[in-house]
Amino acid sequence: MPVFLATDVLVWLLVATVAGYTLYCRRHVHLKESWHRVFRSPSAMASVTVLIVFAVVGLLDSVHFRPELPKKDAEGKAVYSTEVLSLLDVAFARLRGRGEKTYSAPLAMRSFAKEQVDSPDGRLVREFPRLRFGGAHLRDESEWAADVARKALTGLGVAALCAPLLWLAFRGLRRLAPTVPWSASFVSLVVMLALLAPAVALSSAYHVLGTDKVGQDIFYLAFKSIRTSIVIGTLTTIVLLPVGIALGMMAGYFRGWVDDVIQYVYTTLASIPGILLIAASVLMINVYLDRNAGLFPTAAQRADVKLLALCAILGLTSWTGLARLLRGETLKVSQLEYVQAAHAFGVASARVLTRHVLPNISHLVIIILALDFSGFVLAEAVLSYVGVGVDPSTNSFGTMINAARLEMSREPVVWWALATAFGFMLTLVLAANLFADAVRDGFDPRVRV
Amino acid sequence: MSAYIVRRLLYALPILVGVNLITFALFFFVNSPDDMARMQLGAKRVTPEAIEKWKAERGYDLPLLWNDAASGVRKFTQTIFVQKSLRMFVFDFGYSEDKRNIAVEIRERMGPSLALQVPVFIVGLAVCITFALLLAFFRATYFDFWGVVLCVVMMSISMLFYIIGGQYVVSKVWHLVPISGFQGGLDAARFLVLPIVIGVVAGIGVSSRLYRTVFLEEIGKEYVRTARAKGLSEGLVLFRHVLRNALIPILTGVVAAIPFLFLGSLLSESFFGIPGLGSFTIEAIQSQDFAVVRSMVFIGAVLYIVALIATDISYTIADPRVRLQ
Repeated sequence: MPVFLATDVLVWLLVATVAGYTLYCRRHVHLKESWHRVFRSPSAMASVTVLIVFAVVGLLDSVHFRPELPKKDAEGKAVYSTEVLSLLDVAFARLRGRGEKTYSAPLAMRSFAKEQVDSPDGRLVREFPRLRFGGAHLRDESEWAADVARKALTGLGVAALCAPLLWLAFRGLRRLAPTVPWSASFVSLVVMLALLAPAVALSSAYHVLGTDKVGQDIFYLAFKSIRTSIVIGTLTTIVLLPVGIALGMMAGYFRGWVDDVIQYVYTTLASIPGILLIAASVLMINVYLDRNAGLFPTAAQRADVKLLALCAILGLTSWTGLARLLRGETLKVSQLEYVQAAHAFGVASARVLTRHVLPNISHLVIIILALDFSGFVLAEAVLSYVGVGVDPSTNSFGTMINAARLEMSREPVVWWALATAFGFMLTLVLAANLFADAVRDGFDPRVRV
Repeated sequence: MSAYIVRRLLYALPILVGVNLITFALFFFVNSPDDMARMQLGAKRVTPEAIEKWKAERGYDLPLLWNDAASGVRKFTQTIFVQKSLRMFVFDFGYSEDKRNIAVEIRERMGPSLALQVPVFIVGLAVCITFALLLAFFRATYFDFWGVVLCVVMMSISMLFYIIGGQYVVSKVWHLVPISGFQGGLDAARFLVLPIVIGVVAGIGVSSRLYRTVFLEEIGKEYVRTARAKGLSEGLVLFRHVLRNALIPILTGVVAAIPFLFLGSLLSESFFGIPGLGSFTIEAIQSQDFAVVRSMVFIGAVLYIVALIATDISYTIADPRVRLQ
């Protein structure tokens, strides 16, 4: 039974919008030119490749359903589990089911914590027990090194076999678009493949990145967290864009009392420290959800509404910067001759705004969108630490860091969960930052000479 | 000038009223005091009597905007809006969940916050400007390229990582400074060194890149060409001419950050156990102490307005061509 979470629907709508925008760009020379400038930089191609891989994982994780249970009810109808799964969960089905009891180090065979175990001669001994799944196929622990090496090499071998095929595909692409630095894209794909293929090969028998406190596989959790980051980075714009664009343009175009009112509103909002406004709003949403607990049939839907609310709150608190910027630019643009000509012809204000002003400030919107994405991804981690982020049941880098940070005081230290969360986050944010830089260079009219 | 400042302060009043209304709406209209009581008391002990007692203890048992039971002007003053919201204008914030006077608490916690934030601010500014100047000096070389790459990488790392990583390496592995805690007086330095260094390092990426752009923009201007044409060395051009002019946008931008030093740093203070306003805020958010959160929102708004005015004034000081009217 398919489940349509609110964020799923919006994410897929966003994909459709991006597709529509791409078609729109193909038909408009100036936009096509700008994007071509963006994709002529190797760093943009490399970062966009990484971003696409992350996006694919996020999208796979945005198709949810409730699996059918084997037993049927009295009338012979199918019974559905209350657990909501996604396509990504299906792909990772092996990892999802293989929980341990508690922490275990990456590739470990034995648990991280000592336990009372019955020894063969009937006494109770405290020792590190063997894991239920990590390396369970090895009868003799001395085979471990050879087994790990063999699996890693198998993975690398598969990657090495795939690389030439990829290279052929990219040669075809180069023939289609010779100016684009496909090699950067190819190299970053191969690097990701070389990292992921051994990890996947090893994950068939080990916990590649260890397990967390309740024994869940970290490798799987990290992939599950990608969706949350992407949702927060992109869906926030759904609130931010319409409000920011409409109010910014109106303030700059109509001036007078409209300008005064809008400026008053955004100065007031901007004067409240962002994190406090977000915290206050999230606390209020929590109280509201507690009061209306019966609104949502499954826990996943409830957590999803919280995620969406967080996006909306982030959007509502951060449109002020965009509005201020667009107001200034609209002030400038509406003084230009073609806008005055439109006035002279008696064109209505709404039409002047959409036909003449908006296209000439839209480059700023694109730049701000690209720049904001990484900021929101980083903000999620901090907000989750403060306790006003996503629902604790939602997988995210913030909840991962939050759960793992206390374990830094353990001896020996539990470092793998933190390291994984930071590694994934750094990759995503760095790619987003590099891409945003390329977008700014491509769209900023000052660069164009 | 003084007339201008007075007028700006008068402009500030409607903004503060707006902030006040927003917080009032958020905290009392979206959810009633009953909901807050239920949340604070927890699920087990929720009886109507417990809720009434909770409300009465904290003065939430008044009507929101209009008190029919009172007489005369008290119809208006004996309400939650006046007692809880408007009173903040005279810096009377009431009491926190654990029955401490919030205004006193804020005054006491400002010191540790400033002890952390002021050094981070000054050292950070010096480090970032120096680094940006170096990048500008070696512009279009490998040093510049890798410097910018370093900046982008550093700004892509979460603040949480700087703190957790720094705490782990310096305090736990090397045992150089205590992991967390605070003491008054000179002993404070031992506890503050690490958070200050981390604060500075975490800021390098964003600021250096910004300042480098400012310097490069300035280097393209005509007075720089004139200075070079006179035969001045590149170092002299950079330090005597470019630095001075580029400092105008940098400093005026930085002035806006000064008032917020009072608010402290949320993450550093809570990780390092520094009893400042940042950890006060975080604790309030985590224990859902609405009175404290409301007070901090108000103080933040006041500081923002001070920052706006300070920025305007700093323009006139830095650039004599700007006149305030």
